[in-house]
Amino acid sequence: MNRDERVVMKHGAGGRAMRALVSELFVAGAGDVPGADAWEVGLSAMDDGAAVRIGDRWLVLTTDSHVISPLFFPGGDIGRLAICGTVNDLAMMGATEVLGLTCAVIVEEGFPRADLERVQESMRAACREAGAPVVTGDTKVMGKGELDRLVINTAGVALCGRVVRDSGLRAGDRILVTGTIGDHGLAVMAKRTGLGLQGDLRSDVAPINGLVRRALVAGGAAVTAMKDPTRGGLASALHEMASKSGVGVLLEERRVPLSDEVRAAAEVLGIDPLHVANEGKAIIGVRPEAAETVLAALRDHPLGARAAIVGTAIADHGGQVVLDTGFGKRLLPEPEGEPLPRIC
Amino acid sequence: MSLLASRPLEFRDPERARALVGALERLTAEIGRDRVSVMHVCGSHEQAIARFGLRASFPPALDVIMGPGCPVCITDLPEVDEGVALAEQGVRLATYADMLRVPGTSRSLADAQAAGARVEVVYGAAQAVELARAEPSTELVFFATGFETTAVATAAALLAGPPPNFSVLSAHKYIPPVMEIVAEMPDTRIEGFLAAGHAATITGWGVFEGFVERHRIPVVVAGFEPLDILAGLVGLLELIRDRRAEVINLYPRCVTRAGNLVAQEKLWKVFRPIGGRWRGIAHVPNGNLRLRDEMAAFDARRRFTIDVARLWTEAPAALAQQCRCGDIMAGIASPSDCALFGRACLPESPVGACMVSSEGTCKIWHLYGGHPNLREVGP
Repeated sequence: MNRDERVVMKHGAGGRAMRALVSELFVAGAGDVPGADAWEVGLSAMDDGAAVRIGDRWLVLTTDSHVISPLFFPGGDIGRLAICGTVNDLAMMGATEVLGLTCAVIVEEGFPRADLERVQESMRAACREAGAPVVTGDTKVMGKGELDRLVINTAGVALCGRVVRDSGLRAGDRILVTGTIGDHGLAVMAKRTGLGLQGDLRSDVAPINGLVRRALVAGGAAVTAMKDPTRGGLASALHEMASKSGVGVLLEERRVPLSDEVRAAAEVLGIDPLHVANEGKAIIGVRPEAAETVLAALRDHPLGARAAIVGTAIADHGGQVVLDTGFGKRLLPEPEGEPLPRIC
Repeated sequence: MSLLASRPLEFRDPERARALVGALERLTAEIGRDRVSVMHVCGSHEQAIARFGLRASFPPALDVIMGPGCPVCITDLPEVDEGVALAEQGVRLATYADMLRVPGTSRSLADAQAAGARVEVVYGAAQAVELARAEPSTELVFFATGFETTAVATAAALLAGPPPNFSVLSAHKYIPPVMEIVAEMPDTRIEGFLAAGHAATITGWGVFEGFVERHRIPVVVAGFEPLDILAGLVGLLELIRDRRAEVINLYPRCVTRAGNLVAQEKLWKVFRPIGGRWRGIAHVPNGNLRLRDEMAAFDARRRFTIDVARLWTEAPAALAQQCRCGDIMAGIASPSDCALFGRACLPESPVGACMVSSEGTCKIWHLYGGHPNLREVGP
C-alpha cells in the first residue's frame, strides 16, 4: 500500500490485504520502542495475542474491537461477541484462565438505553460462562452520525504455564476443529439479506476457554498449534498457520463438520462455508499419537460434541492448503478476506 | 455400460466416484494410447471439474480439454464494442454482470459506466423488461449474451410483449455449430465431446445425431455433479474404445431426445442463426443468433445507429496482445501456459475475458487454486 492509497474494506477483512497493511504500517519498526523486546511473543508475531515470561509462567495479553452489524443477530449480539472474542484469543495462546478483562464502549448519540442494557446483560452472561470478570472500563458518547450506533473494545490478561502459538504445526500433525464451521458468518449473512431460511441458523459465538482447556489437559505438549478461524474462516486461518509454520495443510473437505442449515444457506448464497467467520471454534494441531485422545476430550464437552479431525500438516506444499474434496484434490486459495464486512 | 446402468446415480458419493475413476483407468489402459483427448464445451463443466479437483483423479493419459463453453468469453470484440458505443451514445443499457468488465477494443462497459454511461446489471431478460417498464420515457437496450439457454429467456421476454422503449442487442450464440468447427480443425486431437446437459435440455440430445454422423466422433450428454461428469467420461471412453460414433444421453433426468419443444419454438420464432466470429475461435457458420425480421421493432441494431468505428482508432492495451484467451477457448492451451495468468491477469484486474466471467476457464482455475493437477499430493 503506497501513501496515496486509501484504506478500503478489504484492509479489515482478515485476509492478505489486512495482514499486509498491519505488517507494513503497525509492525514495521515497532520493535525499536524500549521494552518491546521483553515480550517473547510480540507485535511482529502477529499472533492472537502477546506473551511475556513472568517467573515460571507466561502473562498473555490481547485486545479486540467489535463493530458488527446488525448488533443483535440469531445466537448472540455485539456484547456476547465482545467478551468471547477476547476470551477466545487468550485461549488460542494457551491461556484459558482469564485474570480480567477491560471493556471500552463508544456509543452514538440517540442510542436506546434499553438496547444498551440488553448488550450489558449479554456481556455479563458471557463473562459468567467464561469465568472472566470485567475489571475496568471506559465509556464515550459521539454525536449522531459520527459513529454507527455502538463500538465495543475489550482487552484481556491471563496467566498460563505454556504458550501455544499459531506457528507450531509440524509435518504429520493432525488438524482438529472443535465443531461445525461457518455458523456465525452465514447466520449474520442470512439475517442481513433477509433470506427467509427455515431451520435454526444461529451464530456459534461462545467462550471456548473451557473447551480448549480440556484439549490442553488431554494433549499436553502434543498440542502444537492453535488458532480461531474468525474473519476469512477456516481457509484464511489454515493458510496463516501453514505459512507461519512452514508446512502445507491437507484438508479433507468431507470431514469438515457443517450443520444442515449452513450447508443449505451456503449453497443458496453461493458462499463457501470455509471462507466465513466462526466465533466459537478453534483449529488445534496435535501430534498424531495424541489426536484421538484430544478429540475424545473435546467431544466430552458440550461445545465440542461435533469436533472432528479434518486434516494433516504435510511437509510439501509449504504455506499452501490442499483440499481433498473426496472426488479429487485442488489447492484451496487464500481468500482476500472475509466476504462480508463488519462480521465481528 | 454395466457400471452405469446397474446403479442409479447419486449426486455426491465418493465411493461411487472411486469406482468410476477405476473404470476410467481401465478404459484408458484398454484404449492403450499415451493420450486420449476429449473436450467439454461448457463453463459449468469446468467449474465442477475444478471445484471438486477432478483433474487430480483422471488417469494421466486422459486429457479433458476445455472448449469454447463460456458465452461471455466468446462474445466478439465488435459485439462488446457495439454495447460500449451504444452506452457512450447515451442509451441506457442492461446486461449480465459478467459482461461489465469484458474488454472491448479499447474500453469495457465498466469503463463506459465509470465515465457516466447508464449501464445496469440484471439477472435476465425479464428483469430488463421491468426496468424498461418502470421508466417508459427512456429507451432501454438489453445487451443479450449467452447460449441457447439464455437465448430462450430473451425470446420469451420478446414474445410476452415488452413495452415499446425496450429493445435487444443480441450477441447470443448457438453451441452445436461450434462443435463442428472444433471437430474440423486440421490438427484436432479431440476424440469425443462431453455435451452440456443444460443446453441439451432445450435442444434435445437428438441435435447431435447429425454431427456424430458427419464427423464420426462420439458425444455424451452429461450433467454437472461430480458423478455426472465422471460417468459421462466413462461413457465417452467406452464409445472411443469400441470405435462407436454415437450420442449417449447420461443426463436423462433432465434431457430428452426431442428437448423442450415449447422453448425451441420460441427460440426460432425470435432468432435466426447467422454466421459470425466467436472471439478467439473462428468464423462459426450459423453460430450467432440474430433477431428475425418480424422482430425488427425490438432490434437495437435497426433502432439505433451504432458507431463502433470511433472505438477502433485507439490502440488496444499492450498486455492484451499477450493474452491467450483464444487458444485457451479453442482447447489449444491451458491457463498455466499463459504468461499473464495469475500475475498480470487477475480477477480484480483481468486482461482477457476468460478471467472476467465466472464461466471463464482462467477465472475458474484461479478461484479454485490456480493449478488443477495435484495427483502427487499426499500426507
